Amino acid sequence: MEQKRWELPPGRAEEGFEDKKPLFTLAEAVAESNRCLYCADAPCIKACPTAINIPEFIRKIGTGNVKGAARTILSANILGQSCAQACPVEVLCAGSCVYTGWGREPIAIGRLQRYAVENTLPKSPNLFQARPPTGKRVALVGSGPASIAAAGLLALEGHTCIIYERKQIPGGLNTLGIAPYKLKGPQALKELEWVLSLGRIELRTGVEVVEHATAPGQLAASELLSTHDAVFLGLGLGADSRLGVPGEEGPGVEGATHLIERLKVEPGFKLEGVKHALVVGGGNTALDIAHELALLGVQVSMVYRRSEKEMGGYVHELDAARLDGVRLVESRQPVEVVRKDGKVVAVKLAATREGKPVPGTEELVPTELVVMAIGQERATQVAKAFPGVELDSRGRVKVAAATHRTGHPKVWSGGDCVNGGKEVVNAVAEAKLAVADIQRHLVGE
Amino acid sequence: MADLSIDFCGVRSPNPFWLASAPPTNTGDQVMRAFDAGWGGAVWKTLGNPIVNVTSRFGGIDYGNTRLMGLNNIELITDRPLEVNLREMREVKRRYPKHTLIASLMVETKEEWREIIRKAEDTGADLLELNFGCPHGMCERGMGSAVGAEPKVLEEIARWAVEFATVPVIVKLTPNVGDILEPGEAAVRAGVPALSLINTIKSIMGVDLDRMVPLPQVGNASTNGGYCGPAVKPIALHLMGQLTRHPQVRKLAISGIGGISNWRDAAEFIALGATSVQVCTAVMHHGYRIVEDMMEGLSDFLDEKGMKSVSELRGRAVPAYREWGELDLSYKLVAKIDEDKCIGCQLCYVACMDGSHQCIHIPGRTEEESRRAGHTHIPKELPNRVVTAKAGTPGARVPFVDNDECVGCNLCQLVCPVPDCISMVELPSGKPSETWNDRVAKGTDFVPGGLDATLAARKAR
Ligand SMILES: Cc1cc2nc3c(=O)[nH]c(=O)nc-3n(C[C@H](O)[C@H](O)[C@H](O)COP(=O)(O)OP(=O)(O)OC[C@H]3O[C@@H](n4cnc5c(N)ncnc54)[C@H](O)[C@@H]3O)c2cc1C
Ligand SMILES: Cc1cc2nc3c(=O)[nH]c(=O)nc-3n(C[C@H](O)[C@H](O)[C@H](O)COP(=O)(O)O)c2cc1C
Ligand code: SF4
Ligand code: SF4
Ligand code: SF4
Repeated sequence: MEQKRWELPPGRAEEGFEDKKPLFTLAEAVAESNRCLYCADAPCIKACPTAINIPEFIRKIGTGNVKGAARTILSANILGQSCAQACPVEVLCAGSCVYTGWGREPIAIGRLQRYAVENTLPKSPNLFQARPPTGKRVALVGSGPASIAAAGLLALEGHTCIIYERKQIPGGLNTLGIAPYKLKGPQALKELEWVLSLGRIELRTGVEVVEHATAPGQLAASELLSTHDAVFLGLGLGADSRLGVPGEEGPGVEGATHLIERLKVEPGFKLEGVKHALVVGGGNTALDIAHELALLGVQVSMVYRRSEKEMGGYVHELDAARLDGVRLVESRQPVEVVRKDGKVVAVKLAATREGKPVPGTEELVPTELVVMAIGQERATQVAKAFPGVELDSRGRVKVAAATHRTGHPKVWSGGDCVNGGKEVVNAVAEAKLAVADIQRHLVGE
Repeated sequence: MADLSIDFCGVRSPNPFWLASAPPTNTGDQVMRAFDAGWGGAVWKTLGNPIVNVTSRFGGIDYGNTRLMGLNNIELITDRPLEVNLREMREVKRRYPKHTLIASLMVETKEEWREIIRKAEDTGADLLELNFGCPHGMCERGMGSAVGAEPKVLEEIARWAVEFATVPVIVKLTPNVGDILEPGEAAVRAGVPALSLINTIKSIMGVDLDRMVPLPQVGNASTNGGYCGPAVKPIALHLMGQLTRHPQVRKLAISGIGGISNWRDAAEFIALGATSVQVCTAVMHHGYRIVEDMMEGLSDFLDEKGMKSVSELRGRAVPAYREWGELDLSYKLVAKIDEDKCIGCQLCYVACMDGSHQCIHIPGRTEEESRRAGHTHIPKELPNRVVTAKAGTPGARVPFVDNDECVGCNLCQLVCPVPDCISMVELPSGKPSETWNDRVAKGTDFVPGGLDATLAARKAR
């Protein structure tokens, strides 16, 4: 199958961001790997959703067996490169490293993982050999980490995979959402290309799976079902939610993921006339966009309706954002976006009690940009086009926990659309579970 | 403040820290800088007939994050003209009369020995050291370790030296022998008053796997060299211990050499019978400045132990160095894990499982799980609660020791990364002290004469 190369245009804002955790040099990697105790029954493995044998791969780096280290990583987590850069290691693997409890700096597991994978794949892309073709066809809806991981693993089993992605740029949030100081779009795409090279995987961009196809570029769920032996739904989440306050509609108010996507892919992106920005929300997306804007030189205030302690975002991300100038305003909520001649000039903030605005406490805070990071809608409605597939009350695709199979016997699902929005590594872990069951289904193993 | 000065077979030295004959003692400028830094003495880089050195000439072994755990070299004796060395030695002794200057010598014929000893003494050197140890290059020429490994030759040359010399002579021994007592006794017979050891150990440092050439690389070839540095300390200590236990040899003054890097290493050599210590690799690695800590550390240590001088420390540990057959077979230890210190890495567990007697368990496992993991003995009481290591990350499990099965090997203690987390505690064995020699004497255990003899002895009981 002809390998497609995905290019992002030059002149994108994300190119200007520096790596917060740059690639280790050989000396750094060896020194760091030699610190690892090579624990038995290691807690770090249990803390990794994909259960990478961390002490084993770290030891391999220490002995100079870098290719073997990459093999260990990728055989447990096929997206080992993006996870190495994107994972919140502070709360996952490194967060449970025995050094952490001992009051010492934990092993830089993510950076070691990046060192092994990034130094291996360009030289030795053929770490894994796909099995002979089985003739089975699997459709994957969406091209985010969940689908990519599933497709790679299925292709290695010898199945033909066709990925349908509604956007022109594939990769889901891995390409379009991860903060540029962690992982840049081209890096995500390079990893995606490597996965595609593992076997017979076709990626069709600009194809949206819908209930009833009415326009070109649309494909009906029923057609998908009838032409494939299995379907995997890696739909992710949808558009940014809105607050529903006066003045919100119009220029100067952006959804967080939409703005992040522009930073990452739009050539010549500029924040014209924006000195201050106000980010609404207390989750990791809010922290990300606030941090990114601060790094672009904007004065950023994050407005959260509860207290810092109750924030959903990671403490280490807040600390890092603060270091780069982000200010957190607790217990406040916008009640109106104030415009002058159509342009945003300020936001009216009210103090909150238990997350609810208290009348009479409003104050005006000047700003030129308001970013909404209060959650995403569900992209999962289309799932219901597959008979038997159900959503829960929060719009998440319902699956059996152990198999990730939906109510339709030929349909599996994983990633954000199932877990409501977690991390890349969770999407990979869920894809693994689904693939194991798809495999049982397809070849009766 | 304890007195650090020593008396080395009649020669006084301000402290026991000497530089070994090697690159750090190549030139007068170096030795004077070393004396300024605090070194009490220096053995000049071996004098002899001019040689040519090769490049490269050093190989290093790193371990983990430790650079230069071991060093090896294929360097020969000094490659500077003899006259220059002698002139500089004289100058050093003139300017530093209280420091100990030792001339290291290596030549072939009796006449050459006579001549070089005269020249060396002329410089004012306090002692002479005969280099019978160099394990490469010189031995092929019938010198160095070729002499050190041949007790008869060693004895003869040492006798000449004692005869020609007016200052005390030290014989520097090579470790490249089957039994260190043979050259030791030869030196005693020759009448030398002092020994030094070890010189370097024959070694190949490694192999360059790309070029398929051993290391260190000289063009497209290499040769065996001499091993030194921290890695050789245990070997040096053992060889010296054998000599200081020997009723005749122990009467000589001994200069301990081999992997000494700090005051603690030095104290160990002295406790096992050394009067002075010599240092090479540690200085090549870190420079002369390390002596500051060596002096202070040793002095404070002596104070702490209530010893007034280095000589009080000397040989303190010698009586406790015994033959295996003299050890108490009834003595029993078991491992004990400190739950407050454990970080839950399970290194002790895996070491004991695969490398010892399967007597450390992970709590919270059922008997079935324990058996599947490879335990053949299940302790009567299985604590199934998960003990959270206070010093570990939440959920970390503190392993526990099955006292009945623990053989007290202390492997777990050796692998545990947390200081003092695992201790070995004495368990009263309830049996009287008994050594293997006692048993042999009583005929209750293996007796000399093989299995038949043992069987016979048992039957006779
Ligand atoms: C701003 C932001 C920052 C993040 N930062 C991190 C981070 O630093 N580290 C980390 O580990 N995780 C991070 N995450 C989370 C991570 O990106 C997601 O958990 C992960 O991408 C989920 O993968 P997925 O495949 O389930 O969904 P997605 O990545 O969302 O991919 C879904 C794909 O499906 C496509 N699609 C949807 N519906 C259809 C349809 N009907 N037809 C065709 N295609 C369709 C979408 O266009 C999209 O490409 C972040 C998320 C956000 C929003
Ligand atoms: C590069 C090098 C050169 C040496 N040259 C000599 C020498 O000329 N004469 C000698 O007696 N010993 C020589 N030695 C051996 C040292 O004096 C010393 O016995 C040995 O290195 C062990 O001590 P250490 O572990 O402190 O290095 C040399 C050692 C090295 C590393
Ligand atoms: S995948 Fe993520 S959580 Fe797992 S070991 Fe790698 S960096 Fe840590
Ligand atoms: S917990 Fe830390 S030290 Fe132990 S194996 Fe994992 S990374 Fe290494
Ligand atoms: S090696 Fe030490 S720290 Fe690790 S589990 Fe054993 S006792 Fe605890």
